Amino acid sequence: METFMTIVAGILLTIGTYLVLSRSLLRIILGLSIFSHGAHLMLLTMAGLKQGAAPLVGEQTGTYTDPLPQALILTSIVISFALTAFFLVLGYRTYVELGTDDMRELRGENDE
Amino acid sequence: MKFTDTILQTATRVLVMIILTYSIYILFAGHHNPGGGFIGGLVTSSALVLLAMAYDVRTVRQIIPFDFKRIGAFGVLVAVLTGTSALFFGEPFLFQVFAEVDLPLFGPRELATAVLFDLGVYFAVIGTTITIILSISEDQ
Amino acid sequence: MNNLVVFPILLPLLSGISMFFFRDRIRLQRKVAVNGLLATLAVSLILVGMIAQNGVQVLHIGGWEAPFGITLVADMFAALLLTTASIVSLACLIYAFHSTDEAREKFYTYPFLMLLVCGVNGSFLTGDLFNLFVFYEVMLIASYVLLSLGGSKIQLRETIKYIAINIVASMLFVIAIAYLYAVVGTLNMAHLSERVAEIGQDGVITTISLLFLLVFGLKASLFLYFWLPGSYSAPPPAIAAIFAALLTKVGIYSIIRMFTLVFYHHPEVTHTIMIWLAALTMILGAIGAIAHWDVKKILNYNVIVSVGFIVFGIGLSHADALSGALFYLLHDMIAKALIFILGGAMISIAGTHNLREISGLISHHPALGWLFFLVALALAGIPPLSGFVGKVMILQGGVEKQFYSVVVISLITSLMVLYSVMKIFINGFWGETILSEEEEKSTGRGILIPGSILAALIILLGIGADWAMVYVEQAVEVLVNPSIYINAVFTQP
Repeated sequence: METFMTIVAGILLTIGTYLVLSRSLLRIILGLSIFSHGAHLMLLTMAGLKQGAAPLVGEQTGTYTDPLPQALILTSIVISFALTAFFLVLGYRTYVELGTDDMRELRGENDE
Repeated sequence: MKFTDTILQTATRVLVMIILTYSIYILFAGHHNPGGGFIGGLVTSSALVLLAMAYDVRTVRQIIPFDFKRIGAFGVLVAVLTGTSALFFGEPFLFQVFAEVDLPLFGPRELATAVLFDLGVYFAVIGTTITIILSISEDQ
Repeated sequence: MNNLVVFPILLPLLSGISMFFFRDRIRLQRKVAVNGLLATLAVSLILVGMIAQNGVQVLHIGGWEAPFGITLVADMFAALLLTTASIVSLACLIYAFHSTDEAREKFYTYPFLMLLVCGVNGSFLTGDLFNLFVFYEVMLIASYVLLSLGGSKIQLRETIKYIAINIVASMLFVIAIAYLYAVVGTLNMAHLSERVAEIGQDGVITTISLLFLLVFGLKASLFLYFWLPGSYSAPPPAIAAIFAALLTKVGIYSIIRMFTLVFYHHPEVTHTIMIWLAALTMILGAIGAIAHWDVKKILNYNVIVSVGFIVFGIGLSHADALSGALFYLLHDMIAKALIFILGGAMISIAGTHNLREISGLISHHPALGWLFFLVALALAGIPPLSGFVGKVMILQGGVEKQFYSVVVISLITSLMVLYSVMKIFINGFWGETILSEEEEKSTGRGILIPGSILAALIILLGIGADWAMVYVEQAVEVLVNPSIYINAVFTQP
């Protein structure tokens, strides 16, 4: 199962990279968001997938799942949520101010 | 943007109340069960976004005349100050205590200071989410 | 347990957040910001004193013992950086009062500056790898906002690039953390150090350490500096100064922390790679610095050269060179802030950042000119200014470890650095005075207070190097003996 999830994470990272390399700003933002999903999936997979009961005191089993990666992933998701939201606002402002979302048209020398 | 979708508007009036109630339940359930300040805040802001979609942003602004940036800042302030209050008792930063209290109406309940921290997170999440969404949708 | 450790994070955070409630009262915001930073400075100085007497100070947040909870660790290294960072940010803040326009001030410049400082201080103090990531993000989100405030074309464009690169870097950081967690099963730095030492740093862990070097290299602009010259020329001068002084230094701090505490077992692989990356960084940065005729670009490339030089000192894995690198790091934070403030003042007086159109500023602004001359000498490492001691120690270490070619490269690049800043001095301050005092775009008076504070520090740090070295050596003692750090984390309640 871990191998499969690693491959899925790899596919997500590939898609993210592909989108980041495109010219449209919206695609770049989406690409980065998919890229971070790939990274989060990697974080969850690396710690080992479900091996035991939920890590609560009441559960009467021998093995428990490691709760730490889930805490980490939640934090990381919140952060990337905030970043994506900020980036979307920034992309929108760029579109409104400059009238384009094409990265090639944003190019130019500093003395504009 | 002005929608005049009667079905959506009528449904929203009922749904918003349900969503808001549920969000408060989630907020307080978070101490032992799935839930908590972050999720609760997101659910509350989803209710507000639904309002903004069904009516329009200006109406929502009139109904809820708060500056959401300040709500966010207030939330962070509450969260940090609850953590800091532990210092006055000589405990490490963010130390928490809990106690079993017999409340009228609710019966015996466990009260924990961590809930105050969660309340701060709740407001911080509402503040930032709504600020972001309004700043995109307000500008026509 | 020592609750004082959390205050350098708490004070900027609280003062920054409270400013959201009086957005329109700018004078009050300024007072709160100055007081917040002064208090942070005071706490950092007290921490330096405590650590000098009682050793490493530890706080287990919420009373959860290491390695289960989040730990904040203040060793001498962190405390010295905290002190310097608070002085530098205070100077940049005072300069921001004069150089920031009112629209920006109303749009939360000061709160985000304070959040930036909070993130930087948090990164210095945390004893937990994942929290390092979180504090990086706090710092970066504040820097995104500061970079894009104002919304001109160049700012929007550079912010987009800066965010995109930093998101990719942060996600690589998460992936590196995931790999490390999969191998050793902990993220507390002291615990990591212990476990990596136990199982031996094999090929897998070395590879992971190189991934960390990549991530920190992106943040510190070690070789992967391509984003830096553009991004740092977009924001207003005070913001650029605080970026140049603090942001890349956090990356360097992380490299030092991780590669002295955790991944120190195979210096022949990791540290050698670091040294060659540093050499390339120095060469390419120096070429950029002499090639440009734009004041902002020249200064930005100077940031890159000094990053290369400090990392060279780290890569030598030699105690004296490490003391040199630490000393140079402290010097560089101050000097970079000062030269960016002065460069920003030049640009705002002349109204252009093209060096060919600036000339003869010294006739109306002697103080600005001579401060610039002073910091130019300090950057090149001329005694008795503060750059000298660090440079000599790193170079001696390089000679002892027989990296002669890199030593030669760093000597040549420091000459190139001197040339590039002297180019600004000669072209900008000497020559015919083109602008009369009425034609100037600003008075340039705002630099006097922050400029003289920082210049005084540069001179003091140069003359009083022996005195400062006592503290630096205490810091290095913890870095070369990880067991001191580990013991402090696990034995202190």
